[in-house]
Amino acid sequence: MTNSWKKYILWFAQEHLDFRVAEFNSIIKLFGLKHRKLNDNTLVRSLNIIYKFLISFDKQKPFWIVEFANEESAIKFASRSVSLRSIYELWGHSNNLKSFHEKLQDSIKTKENLMDPYIQKSFKIVVETYNKHISQKEKVEKIETLEYLPFQGEVDLKTPQTEWCYIEFYGLDPTAVPSEPDDILFGRLVANGQRDLIKELSLKKRKFIGNTSMDAQLSLLMVNQALVNNGDLVLDPFVGTGSLLVSAAKFGGYVLGADIDFMMLHGRSRPSRITQKVRERDERVRANLEQYGCGDRYIDVIISDFSNPLWRQGVEFDAIITDPPYGIRESTEKVESKTTSKQNTRSKDMPHYPSTSHYSLQQLYVDLLQFSAHHLKVGGRLVCWLPYHRDDYTSEMIPQHSSLVLVGNSEQPLSGLTSRRLLTYEKRDINAPDSAQLSYQLSNSYDFRDRYFNNAPESRTERRMRKAEQREIGRIEALKRGKVIIDNKEAKNNLNKSRFQ
Amino acid sequence: MRLSTYNFLTSKAIKGVKVGFPLKLTIAKQDVVESEFNPTFIERLLPRLDWSGIRLAAEVAGLNDDIPAELPANVAENEELLKKLHHLLLEIDVLEGQLECPETGRVFPITDGIPNMLLNEDEV
Repeated sequence: MTNSWKKYILWFAQEHLDFRVAEFNSIIKLFGLKHRKLNDNTLVRSLNIIYKFLISFDKQKPFWIVEFANEESAIKFASRSVSLRSIYELWGHSNNLKSFHEKLQDSIKTKENLMDPYIQKSFKIVVETYNKHISQKEKVEKIETLEYLPFQGEVDLKTPQTEWCYIEFYGLDPTAVPSEPDDILFGRLVANGQRDLIKELSLKKRKFIGNTSMDAQLSLLMVNQALVNNGDLVLDPFVGTGSLLVSAAKFGGYVLGADIDFMMLHGRSRPSRITQKVRERDERVRANLEQYGCGDRYIDVIISDFSNPLWRQGVEFDAIITDPPYGIRESTEKVESKTTSKQNTRSKDMPHYPSTSHYSLQQLYVDLLQFSAHHLKVGGRLVCWLPYHRDDYTSEMIPQHSSLVLVGNSEQPLSGLTSRRLLTYEKRDINAPDSAQLSYQLSNSYDFRDRYFNNAPESRTERRMRKAEQREIGRIEALKRGKVIIDNKEAKNNLNKSRFQ
Repeated sequence: MRLSTYNFLTSKAIKGVKVGFPLKLTIAKQDVVESEFNPTFIERLLPRLDWSGIRLAAEVAGLNDDIPAELPANVAENEELLKKLHHLLLEIDVLEGQLECPETGRVFPITDGIPNMLLNEDEV
């Protein structure tokens, strides 16, 4: 790899902001690219720094400027990032239009030899105005301000050999759009991120889904957090319909899953799609992987109880990714020894379905961390979700284990009151995980399910009544304004009826 | 169930069972699913497997002659053996059969390719 330091524009989708930095760091680590965050203007070069931040960046903003050692690094980064829309080689950047044009003209002059390869190529220029809508005519006018560009090739809007992008950034607040852009950027398209995968793996077209299948984007983010790469062995101990395994296998992982739910793994549970009455015969985790061409990397799913692990001592996984049940849409269950006063009427030839007991979330996380400390390779990662009530959140709530280091913690709000955090742990290099002490801070009285159903600040009934009242007030006001009201609920019901006929 | 998974499973979850490995495998119905040979994956998988378990699996699958008694030192260079291991560990799929605990004789059924390792309330 030859080093030829260049600045690149990273354009991120403005979605799941809290996951952006974590994903960035994970991908850099996955490809073994060392990095250093730098203050505004101090640039330190050393052989092992592959990229560096040039601007003290604002992680909320969709445009970052990052310096990579070579184009290959930039392309590698784009080959995995799900948050990234596109990556451009930076040619001009400023915070006002006048100096932008001066700078761009200057850099075309001084970097003539770098521009040479593109001068004769067919090209197109895309205009992006972030947080401001402009007409096609205005876009063309903006392109005309760039008339000094030395391009001599044909304009080709369908299949250009090089694509250039002119970006004006008008801040993040749609209610206060400035008249002049905050930032103006110009660059050459190097590669697109993996946003297309979100559509390709969409749950809408997935063969086998359940009530808690993870949406494609988040499951891809999880796999990036877990550093899953070609030939890795990946386990999901609460596999369900295998939505996390799909993403893991897509990036080259060989996948194993376990779940306590017999009916789910055999595809006999009630279908989750409203249009579907019975599950198809071949609805399995395996069918999902085959659907996306990763059938070769399916190993197995096993019906087992996580609270009582059965994996042989010494089995090591490269990554453990999981979304444990929260006790709301899927129940938390385990098999537990019970004494019953009833007489045992079981006979040998009669099938017996073990009765399950409540598996508290705290206990589940204790087991999950303990299990991961034993069965992850050193440097391997555990990636899992923790649900909680926003009012209750303190950093002490995050479960800790002395052989696991927390390297990522990103929040996804679920509703006005609840959130979940994606936790990423990395296994430390220590010789005796047995001697490790588990420290778990979540107070024993904390029960997400109980808090959700019984102890919320506003009970579900109160909330429902309040919403109904609000709707009624709104309806009366709308009638006063003379609006004809269409009964949406009725329309939806009719639609559902017609679907089933 | 693939025979690589067979190598991972034990019956130590049963109350009183210490090791629970290797389980006694019986195959009633099997399928061969051809899959892409990835030598790096097999190489990385081998150190995580128990060789005696691999030998047992080969015996049950009738592929005894393919697998040497000891893991050869330079297995990475032996592509022929890696291919045989790939076939044994990833391509043979046990559809119906059972796994038996070596210490208690408890039988875990494999139906439709999925082993059911769940225990009853009085066994945990």
